[in-house]
Amino acid sequence: MSYLPYALAVWIFVVGLYGVVTSRNLIHLAVCLSVMQSSTYVLLLSIGYLNGATAPIFADVPKGTRAVDPVVQALALTDVVVSVTVLALLLALAIQVQKRTETLDPDELRAMRG
Amino acid sequence: MDVLVPLPVVIPLIAAAALTAAGQFLGRRFDDTVGIGTAAATAVVSTMLVVRSLDHDLVYWFGGWTPRHGIALGIAFDVEPLGAALAAFAGVVTTASFVFAWRYFDEVGTLFHVLMLIFLGAMSGFALSGDLFNMFVFFELMSVCAFALVAYQVEAAAPLQGAINFAVTNTIGALLVLTGIGLVYGRTGALNLAQIGRALEGQKPDGLVLVAFALLLCGFLVKAGAVPFHFWLSDAYAAAPVPVCVLLSAIMSDLGLHALARIYWPAFSGTLGGSAGSLRALLVGLGVLTALVGAAMAFLQRDLKRLLAFVTISHVGVFLAAIGLLTPRGLAGSTLYVITDGLVKAALFLAVGILIHRAGSGDELRLRGLGGRAPVASIVLFAGGLLVAGLPPLGSFVGWTLVVRSSVDVGYGWLPPVLALAAAVTGGTLLRAAARIVLGWGDEEDPLLSHEPPAEEEEPQVPKSRLSPPLLFGPALALIVAAIGVGFTPGLGDRATRWAERLEDRPAHAAEVLAGKLPPALPPAPVHPGVAPYVYSLASLAGAVAFALFGLYRRRLPHLVRAWAGRVLEPPVTVLKALHSGVVGDYVAWLTFGVAALGGLVALLGR
Repeated sequence: MSYLPYALAVWIFVVGLYGVVTSRNLIHLAVCLSVMQSSTYVLLLSIGYLNGATAPIFADVPKGTRAVDPVVQALALTDVVVSVTVLALLLALAIQVQKRTETLDPDELRAMRG
Repeated sequence: MDVLVPLPVVIPLIAAAALTAAGQFLGRRFDDTVGIGTAAATAVVSTMLVVRSLDHDLVYWFGGWTPRHGIALGIAFDVEPLGAALAAFAGVVTTASFVFAWRYFDEVGTLFHVLMLIFLGAMSGFALSGDLFNMFVFFELMSVCAFALVAYQVEAAAPLQGAINFAVTNTIGALLVLTGIGLVYGRTGALNLAQIGRALEGQKPDGLVLVAFALLLCGFLVKAGAVPFHFWLSDAYAAAPVPVCVLLSAIMSDLGLHALARIYWPAFSGTLGGSAGSLRALLVGLGVLTALVGAAMAFLQRDLKRLLAFVTISHVGVFLAAIGLLTPRGLAGSTLYVITDGLVKAALFLAVGILIHRAGSGDELRLRGLGGRAPVASIVLFAGGLLVAGLPPLGSFVGWTLVVRSSVDVGYGWLPPVLALAAAVTGGTLLRAAARIVLGWGDEEDPLLSHEPPAEEEEPQVPKSRLSPPLLFGPALALIVAAIGVGFTPGLGDRATRWAERLEDRPAHAAEVLAGKLPPALPPAPVHPGVAPYVYSLASLAGAVAFALFGLYRRRLPHLVRAWAGRVLEPPVTVLKALHSGVVGDYVAWLTFGVAALGGLVALLGR
């Protein structure tokens, strides 16, 4: 078993997190959040991966064929749907912010403090 | 299997779908009627589930995929009375909020009702689910609806800022939960909570289990709004329309905490049980910190919605400390406290809505002496302040009794006085606002309080000449009366303790979920609270009056006292205010710090 995919997932997560914390543009921020989300796809798929196994479709294969775990793939698929919804919503909010305040910089939003 | 079990999710989702298709053609009142009817029906069904699950859990396997040999391939709803009670409570609050919105919004599209109904379905599903991944799905569904609802009034900048901060932090919280779920699944091959518990049973917790638990813990604490994950909450609640605030504040935050109990007891208590003492210290400590920070920040607000948001944070801390005691009484007390206190907070938010509607502002100083324009709101403000401060034996006193008793049981006798202090400050803040608004007490300006809220995003949407109709003030009154009444249910605390014991008895719970073996029915567990809860409650009431008077008439204190207090208190107050910067990057940085710190502390549990 290789640790590389797990290290990769952590790396993607941290890179995205850095982007979210330092972002000065709401669209950039939304994309960074999507990058963070991608780390969970890598993590989930690598948890279910088996060397030399086939896709988990059991028509026309001999009994006992090794297949990768279909559960994590279902989880990843659900995760994709969720991530697209959040991304769409954030982009819609970014458009509204641009319309109301003529800026996309989250630091310029000063409606609430203290 | 009981066919009622999936209905609290199915009813609102189907109604939402039908409304999306037909609502635009049938007009506003049709949408309102469907919304109220659906939410009320959901509340009734969830209440029936509470009654049916009194003696044993109701386990429902979707599609009939029952477990074989202790392995669950299917997805289960696992209904226990405390979770079902929270689902029923969500239904009640949604109904009240729909009734209020009938007159509160002048113009509102079908999508508002659709989003509210999906939100309700997601909350019910989250409270009933017995499957870890299913919990994540409902968690996300409820988050996405809430983001959209907070930003519903897109004409102003504040709701946009609130929604963005809310969406970004909560999405990261959900990612933490999902990563934790992935790790748990990788170790145990299970997503059903009971099956995870069996797989982890008796193992010494290793790095992977601890990391997974820390991630799940942090993810749910983000949703709950515990310090230092709480920053989004005050922004989102201050910006959301009042009918949405009611739902967010009364129930959504607290569902995150209930989820903690539901993953810890069935799934993790078998492996982490050996370090329960350290975990208790960690959770209670975090709860106390949250309760005090929330209370202090509430005291510094003049925007009533933001003030109530910080009251919510403070109460989340109280509930977290109670659940963190890791005893059946703590969990039962916390749940009863959540429901009674949620009713009060919902009523208070509605009262603020009435004030915005009648007097054109939600700002404490601008409303000074204007309470006469909304007599019902004034009554609710006063009653709510007193109930929050503690008014034995009314309101949340049942829950409070259990929390006090449970703290003493586990040797945390210092905890009730600290929580009573937090209640005194939050109650005092509300009483101060009520006295200033209704009686016109106190000064017209107060430099201690935060800056004036942005020019009203929620200008009254109905002509001022129109009288407040019963639909507007009815729900607030009904909720506050319900909050007072719940405390009189005989034997509630004793029974709730038994329900919590059932949730916390891991082997029996697993046998019930995975093998269908029903546990024996137990008689109620008497609490015998003694006088301590009364003493603490009355002390916090007295403290609340003192804090309220301090907030109103600080300037009449002798000069020396004022100068001394100013020197001591000013630095922490300035720092606290500066931390709540409204910038999403800062909030995420705090979130990262919180995850690192909590993760480090949880890692120590394994030693």
